[in-house]
Amino acid sequence: MIEVVAPGPYATVQDLGRPGLAHLGVPCSGAADAPSLRLANRLVGNPEGLAGVELTFGMARLRFHDAAWVALAGAPLASGADMGAPFWVPAGAELRLGPPVWGLRTYLAVRGGIDVEPVLGSRSTDSLSGLGPEPLRPGTLLPVGRPTGEIRADLAPPPGPRPAVLRILPGPRDDWFVPGAPEGLCARPYTVTQDSNRVGVRLRGPELVRARQGELPSEGMVLGAVQVPPSGQPIVFLADHPPTGGYPVIGVVRAADVPVAAQLRPGDEVRFTLRG
Amino acid sequence: MIRAAGEHGLLVETGSLEASHRLDAALRAERPREVVEIVPGPETVLVVAPGADRERLRARLASLAEGVREGAGMADGPVVTIPVVYDGADLESVAGLAGLSVEEVVARHTGRELVVGWLGFAPGFAYLTGLDPVLHLPRLDTPRTSVPAGSVAVAGPYSAVYPTASPGGWRLLGRTSTRVWDVSADPPSLFRPGMRVRFERA
Repeated sequence: MIEVVAPGPYATVQDLGRPGLAHLGVPCSGAADAPSLRLANRLVGNPEGLAGVELTFGMARLRFHDAAWVALAGAPLASGADMGAPFWVPAGAELRLGPPVWGLRTYLAVRGGIDVEPVLGSRSTDSLSGLGPEPLRPGTLLPVGRPTGEIRADLAPPPGPRPAVLRILPGPRDDWFVPGAPEGLCARPYTVTQDSNRVGVRLRGPELVRARQGELPSEGMVLGAVQVPPSGQPIVFLADHPPTGGYPVIGVVRAADVPVAAQLRPGDEVRFTLRG
Repeated sequence: MIRAAGEHGLLVETGSLEASHRLDAALRAERPREVVEIVPGPETVLVVAPGADRERLRARLASLAEGVREGAGMADGPVVTIPVVYDGADLESVAGLAGLSVEEVVARHTGRELVVGWLGFAPGFAYLTGLDPVLHLPRLDTPRTSVPAGSVAVAGPYSAVYPTASPGGWRLLGRTSTRVWDVSADPPSLFRPGMRVRFERA
């Protein structure tokens, strides 16, 4: 059992989510930076899809009632534990984690995985729909599953910060905007706003001007969609995005760059590009 | 027309809800291996298929979309009956706005077979289409902070059953004891796109 002494600013249990249920109104959810959760799991010998803890801005304190192998990946923490290498936490020890040096979300995997009750096949907290476990609070007890795999890696050199450039593919509704709007999106940087969350990265910058007014009939939305509400200020959809929406999507962030978007902090500048 | 929605998504424009339902059914019956999500909407079907051969999938979707352009709805499917206690907080105001008696509102709401258009807003929240036009009313100016699960409501051209307690701006006609959303059931939603639904007085 892992006891949450302090969760930091925001922390949830996440695995790889609930794919396949969008037609029933269920967001996919899952780790916002999925490759980092997968890496943390590999480091402790878990299958990649086991549940771990997604920390937002680090700063968590966790007491381990039982000894465990643990690994951290994603946004590197300034103090508390090494990144990218499995380490042993003795029974009764408290892991005190600092804030990230860069990035936003850090993933903690424990050998055996976090074993809370799954909902619709996933242990992820879906911040939009409320499915899955509650966000972590002081006193939350997290059961740990039985280890199945073997630890086979000693070290995965943590990647450095990637430039905040998101490659996009135009569409599906770029024709709802004035000609050249996708190029306009890419011309100047946008700033990440405070109200960004697991649903989306909300941006402030040059307004994206529509050529067509009126409402788009509701349609399916994909991960990484750059949706443009009437304000003209874009939102990049992350893991907890609604499965359908009625605002036009000017472009979609390439799958490999969605984890980059998930590590953006409020106040960061980000650019889009049509190249690559 | 089939539009790209990122690297893994294709958005098929069907032009009508009925064609969306037929394409959805055809795809589920013969699901290409890599397809993870099939999301029908009023005029589109989104297909998400990471790792698929895109051009091959696009060609397959084009041919399926062509095949379902004309044809019957899902008229051969079963009709789900939802028993309703008509005692909703907005029943009288709906009657007033529609220029009907409360009895007539109930008769109009139960008098037609509706079709599940699509789900959205919340897990299990189905937009039921085919509502009698006299009951087409705007949403409440001020949404309620909490609407109980099982509330039966109307807004715009749609009716719905609230699957879980949530904030909501739809006008409440009554309530049902039928559970339309149950995370321990498979599938968790009673309503699926294309399904026919009839309300009846409990």
